[in-house]
Order: sequence, then structure tokens, then C-alpha cells
Amino acid sequence: MPVRVQTQDFDLGAEIAALRAGDPRVGAVASFVGTVRDVNDGSGVSTLTLEHYPGMTEKSLEDICAQAKARWNILDTLVVHRVGALRPLDQIVLVAVTSAHRGEAFAACEFIMDYLKTQAPFWKKERTPQGDRWVDARASDDAAAERWRR
Amino acid sequence: MSVTIRYFASLREAVGVAHEQIDLPPGVHTAGALRAWLRGRGPVWAEALAETRAVRVAVDQVSGDADTAVRDGAEVAYFPPVTGG
Repeated sequence: MPVRVQTQDFDLGAEIAALRAGDPRVGAVASFVGTVRDVNDGSGVSTLTLEHYPGMTEKSLEDICAQAKARWNILDTLVVHRVGALRPLDQIVLVAVTSAHRGEAFAACEFIMDYLKTQAPFWKKERTPQGDRWVDARASDDAAAERWRR
Repeated sequence: MSVTIRYFASLREAVGVAHEQIDLPPGVHTAGALRAWLRGRGPVWAEALAETRAVRVAVDQVSGDADTAVRDGAEVAYFPPVTGG
């Protein structure tokens, strides 16, 4: 159930290969990769800087993955989240889940991502032509996480 | 009764402090009471930690709320709603 917060980039193929290595029970791998867009809320974005709360962020991600494991019949999970200064096209986050069958992997992957966005302590700051600004939390992200509580 | 307080993101920038260690003021035993006490430091603090503002709190790196107990040696963090992913 690895969780990593790091400045360096990640390789999706290598991460998935490591996650399912040596486990023939795995019949499905679902993954999500979030990337930096060059526009947000109508302004161009040249740099996206991510801050986190060392210690709590990792614990929070581990807790979210533990909840997914308790809820679905999945085999393993992986979360890699980058921090520091990123640019458009850069990868930000990777969530991957392995399971015997695809349904559980798909659902758990989406759950982890929805909870990460609303609970894990990360904050984004954008550099735009109008200056630097902190990204506001979105109600749509709260609604996405709320779905899983119904 | 000493506690460490940490501030993150826009809140850290607003108050100009990333972390500090303070002696817990008499009568302050919860994260909400501590937040109210910090507001008394001046206009910048009153604004940044205003009750109308969405400010999250964690005590010892676990999400909490205004009623969460703050004990000697605790690490209390205040921050805006999260925006990762």
C-alpha cells in the first residue's frame, strides 16, 4: 500500500510493473494520472506550485487507501503525488489499484482520487499573467467525494 | 503547557508565520478556543482566522474540528480547504 510524496516525476509503466510484480492474483490494474493544465478559471497558468503537510499528508493518503481496501476486494494500491513547482503538461498525481477483476479496481481508484482531492493536505498555487493566486477548493470535488458516503 | 502551531498555504502567507511554539493560554483546551485566542493577536489574525472563513484544523496530524482537544505538547495545524490531485 505504498504512498509517496515527491518532487521528482514518475513513470506510470514502471510504477504499475512494480505494483503487480510477482502477484498472479492480479487480473486488473486501474490507474489515474492527473496532469497540469495551462488554463484554470479563465486564466493562463505558467507554473503550478504544490505545498503539503509533511507527515500528515502521507498519513492521510495511507488512511484513504486503507478505507478503499476495507471497502472493496482489491489487492494493492499505490499513490504518488508530486509537490514543488510544476509546469503545464507535467504529471501531478498517480493512483493505481490492483484487483482480481476490473470493477473493484475502477471503483477503488476513483474513490481514492475523490478522497485525496478533498481530504489530503495539499494546496495549489498558480502563476498567471495577473499574478500568483491560491487555487480555491471546488464544490464539485466535495460532491464527488460525498457520492461514496451515500 | 506548550504547543506547536503550524500554518499552511494562503493562511501561512496571510499571518506571515509557518510554525511557532507557544504556551497554551489559560482556559484554552480546544482547537476552536485556540483559534479564537489567535484572532486576538490583531487585525491580520482576526481576518485570517475569522469565523466566517473556511479554515481546517488538524491536531497531531489528524483532521479535527473546533471541539478537538489540545493537550500539552500537541501539534495544531490551521489551513485552508485542500486542493491537491
